[in-house]
Amino acid sequence: MAKRDGGDHVTWWRDPDLRPMILACLTLSAAVGVFGFSFGVGSVAAGSSVAQTCALSLFVFTGASQFSAVSVIGAGGSFGSALGGALLLAARNGVYGLAMSRRLDGSLGRRLLAAQLTIDETTAMSVAQSDRRHGQIAFWFTGVTLYLFWNTGTLIGALTGSAIDPQTFGLDAAFPAGFVAMVWPLLSDRRARLAAALGALICLASVSITPVGVPILLSALAVLVGLQRPVDGAVVAR
Amino acid sequence: MTWALVIVLALGAYAFKVTGLVFLGGRSLPPILERCLALIPAAVISALVVKDTLTAGQDIVFDARAAGIAAAALAAWRRWPLIVVIVLGAVVTALVRRFG
Repeated sequence: MAKRDGGDHVTWWRDPDLRPMILACLTLSAAVGVFGFSFGVGSVAAGSSVAQTCALSLFVFTGASQFSAVSVIGAGGSFGSALGGALLLAARNGVYGLAMSRRLDGSLGRRLLAAQLTIDETTAMSVAQSDRRHGQIAFWFTGVTLYLFWNTGTLIGALTGSAIDPQTFGLDAAFPAGFVAMVWPLLSDRRARLAAALGALICLASVSITPVGVPILLSALAVLVGLQRPVDGAVVAR
Repeated sequence: MTWALVIVLALGAYAFKVTGLVFLGGRSLPPILERCLALIPAAVISALVVKDTLTAGQDIVFDARAAGIAAAALAAWRRWPLIVVIVLGAVVTALVRRFG
C-alpha cells in the first residue's frame, strides 16, 4: 500500500507531519522513564518484591493505579481498599478506549493488544493528530515507546531501591512527589481544582476514623462536583 | 504487596481498557458521567498526596515528608522538569530527616 518514494504515503518516520509527534513522544518517554524509576524505587521501599514491582508495570501499565495500590498496601491497607482505589484510577482508561475504538483499525487481536496501551498519553497523542492514519501511527508509536521506557525505568528503580536504605535517601517521598507531579497539570481546570481540594479534605477528615486505604476511596466522592454543568461550555474531559 | 493483588489489579485494569476499546466501541457515555470520570484523577491523586505526606497509619503527622513535598510542589508550580520535582522531594525529605 505504501509507496517507498514519493506518492501520498511516505514511510512514516520520514513524514514531516509526524515529526512533532515523534519529538513530543521522545520528551514524554524521558518523563515516563523517570516516573517508572520512582515507581520502582517506591514500590520496593513500600515492601513489594522486585518481581512484583515489575509485574505491575508489565501487566497493569497504568501509572497512577500502580502507585495507588502500592501506596495503600505499604501503609497497611486491606486488599479491598488497595484494589478499589487503583481501579477507580483505572476507570478513565475505559473512556479513552471508547474514544480510541473509533480511531483504530485492525483485527480483534490487534485491538486486544491496543487495549493494553490505552492510557492518558497514547490517547492524547493520537487524538492530537489531524487525520486517521497519523492518529493510528501516533497511538502505536507512543504506546510501544512508553511501554518500553516505563518498564525499563521500573526495573532499574526496583533494583536501585532494593540496594539502598529508602529512609536515608528520602525515597519514601518519591511517591508523594510523583503524585504532586501527576496532579499538577490537571489543576489548570477550575473544576479539577475544586475536585482536588475536596479530595484532599475528604482524605484528611476521614483518615483517623476509617481503616487505612478507605480515605482514598472516599475521596472519589469529590468527583460529584462534575454533576454541575460547565458554565462556560468548556470541555472538561481530556 | 501480594501476588493475588498484582493479578486481580492487572485483570481489572485491562478489563476497563478492553471494555471501552473492544466491547462498547464507538458509543459515548452520558456527558455527566464523562465529566465525573474525568475528575477522578484530580480528586484521588490529591488525596494520595495527603495520605503519603501527612499520615502514618491512621494518624495525622507532620514530619520531614511535609517539607519535602512542599519543595516538590514549589518545583511543580515553577514548571521545573519532572526529575527535579521528584529528586527535590526526596532530597529535602532526607535532609530534614537527617538534620531537622
